[in-house]
Amino acid sequence: MVRPEKSGRTILLNASGAAMLELIVISTLNGILFGMLLFLMASGLTVIFSMLGVLNFAHASFYMLGAFFGFQISRWFGFWTALLIAPLLAGAIGVAVERFGLRPVHRNGHVAELLFTFGLAFVIEEIVQIIWGKSPVDFRIPSSLDFPAFTIFSTNYPAYKMFMLLVSIAIFAALLIVLKKTRIGLIVQAALTHPHMVAHLGHNVGRIFMLVFGVGTALAAVAGVIAGPALVTQSNMAGLLGPILFVVVVVGGLGSLPGAFVASLLIGLIQTFAVSMNGSLSGAFGPLSPAYASTWLADIWGVTIAQVAPIVPYVLLVLILIFRPMGLLGTRET
Amino acid sequence: MSEIATTVAPPLPTATEKLQFYGMWVTAAVVLVLLPHLFGSGGSLTTFSLIGISIIFSLSYNILLGQTGLLSFGHAVYYGLGGFLVIHAINIIGANKLPIPLPVIPLIGGLTGLFFGALLGWVSTQRSGTAFAMISLGVAELIASSALILRTFFGGEAGVSANRTKLFKIFGWSFGPQIQIYYLVAAWTLIAVIAMYALTRTPLGRMCNAVRDNPERVQFVGYNPHVVRYLAFCFSGFFAGIAGALAAINFEIANSAYLGAQQSGTVLFAAFIGGIGFFIGPIVGAIFVTILSLGLSDLTQVWQLYFGLIFIAVVLFAPGGITGLLMMHRPLLKAGTLPQVLPSYLFALVPTLAMIAGLVLAVETIVHYTVNPGDDSHIKAFGVPFDAASPSIWAISAVLLVGGFLVARKDWVRVREAWDKAASVEREKDVAA
Repeated sequence: MVRPEKSGRTILLNASGAAMLELIVISTLNGILFGMLLFLMASGLTVIFSMLGVLNFAHASFYMLGAFFGFQISRWFGFWTALLIAPLLAGAIGVAVERFGLRPVHRNGHVAELLFTFGLAFVIEEIVQIIWGKSPVDFRIPSSLDFPAFTIFSTNYPAYKMFMLLVSIAIFAALLIVLKKTRIGLIVQAALTHPHMVAHLGHNVGRIFMLVFGVGTALAAVAGVIAGPALVTQSNMAGLLGPILFVVVVVGGLGSLPGAFVASLLIGLIQTFAVSMNGSLSGAFGPLSPAYASTWLADIWGVTIAQVAPIVPYVLLVLILIFRPMGLLGTRET
Repeated sequence: MSEIATTVAPPLPTATEKLQFYGMWVTAAVVLVLLPHLFGSGGSLTTFSLIGISIIFSLSYNILLGQTGLLSFGHAVYYGLGGFLVIHAINIIGANKLPIPLPVIPLIGGLTGLFFGALLGWVSTQRSGTAFAMISLGVAELIASSALILRTFFGGEAGVSANRTKLFKIFGWSFGPQIQIYYLVAAWTLIAVIAMYALTRTPLGRMCNAVRDNPERVQFVGYNPHVVRYLAFCFSGFFAGIAGALAAINFEIANSAYLGAQQSGTVLFAAFIGGIGFFIGPIVGAIFVTILSLGLSDLTQVWQLYFGLIFIAVVLFAPGGITGLLMMHRPLLKAGTLPQVLPSYLFALVPTLAMIAGLVLAVETIVHYTVNPGDDSHIKAFGVPFDAASPSIWAISAVLLVGGFLVARKDWVRVREAWDKAASVEREKDVAA
């Protein structure tokens, strides 16, 4: 690998070392970015689960709604308006869902609530398919952010990705301040561990639930709007991301916000690194003897780590369940 | 102790009760034998076969959801793996000319389901409730994604196919024609339904119910809820494997869709819409959902949307499912007060149907503009032709939707009043008696 000299200085790293370092830096950046996006959604999901006791199956659908609303609004009024309006719209839908859907179902138990959100996810996907079709829509990065932010070794890192990272970190910080420093944050925190006590203390639990649900879904929609142009905006995006989101929440520990944060970054990093690696068993130990070449063993022998990447989060889930069933930082049994 | 035991034990069934009980199963068997003589066309035979498979699958799902209280989002894993193993088994048996006839092949699928249920179940059933639901989803995704990686075994996107007619023949049946497959499915359905019903009557079946209702007390009694859940999970996997095997035999192919989330969702829909509170519920649901998905897909492009809406409506308004709704009326029927309620139903049904008609009209018109905008605006929904371009359609659907909703809301309150009155009459009778 020949590297152009910059400002007269010779880069003394040897070629393969530089490539490896480049891979590590870029993958770390991408991994943190993906992890922060996951956390934008997982945080809402965790808080909703802790307070309402219902794991919102349709949470990833609000992420998708955010992306599609963002696409549509940015077509009409530009990206920045979309970034503001789309989450509000999705949050309003979330509020309506909580008020007119989840609350009546609540008396039928948690299974009914979970089933309601399951049906909702199904219906939202169908509606999105009806309105925007099954193929990906052309959601572009705004031109004001369409330039390389900096160059590491030979790779241009796009400014839009830095913007995504900044937005998610800003929201993370804002969330932290709201949770730790404001009154409503205190109530939410209390409700994370002692939801009944909060109700006994006379807070309007119904309104808090509605608010939390709205904010949670709006956060998911923010993730959708900023991820939409960088990833693919398509009607199956909720179905692809949803299961990973649940893995994050279970691995982190159901109802644990710090756990969700750690698990988001962990899964983001693991998956990004796995995708960029090409090693396989045949690469490590040499090709399989021809006697086994056409058996199923050949599949396992020849598969690369990059190909295994989609199942890595689920393997992690099973491992966590075997060795630490309550999740990394979880305390609750159910 | 023995005194208490004898006093609380239910009386032995009388001869008429026994006759009723066994008569029911015999009737079911006779109906299954006679069905193809009444509806002999190829299409209806295929439908019956699909319904039979769906019945076994839904009932196996209800062992988890209805009887043990475990909400699984990944039940298709055991169905799909059963199907794949059976396809491979048919190929191996056919190639080596082993003397194994097709009718016993579904057992291979069942044992596969049992094996994987036993393998994955121990980890999955450590916790119940929401955690179990998420775990089942994760495990399902794990298996479904692995299926796309292990191409030699699962055949990638295309799947693996087999020829069911090349096996050892028994009674001269080749199992080529659909009628023979129908009888195979019908026989296995009857066997599986009886076996699963029997399972609910065993001490294990009862302990499953106890674990569903109050796991803490189960622990006090000296059982381990985890073990009970695990056993229920294994049985459920076994029957799901049989259903998958029959599906694989029916289509002569197994592909990754068998394992996927869609399949898991469909069985959940079927069991829940039918009603998870009664043994017969998933049977009703399987029949309903299979016919609905076959029928609706002919009538409208967006049948899956209606499917989802029906499911949400059931969750919101009839958590007992279709069977739950019907069974609700049993006490009224016994008290003879059912006729008092019926007129109010009629009053409520008219605006509700109007509301649904308005909704369908609006959806179909929107679909016309978004999915096929270039087409002729004279479209047909559910066999009713209308012009999607005319502005009056919007007005009509809005009036139907809003008007229907307002009237229906009042009428359903009246239904509840009439219901309460009818039910209280019965209660007073009880008190008087």
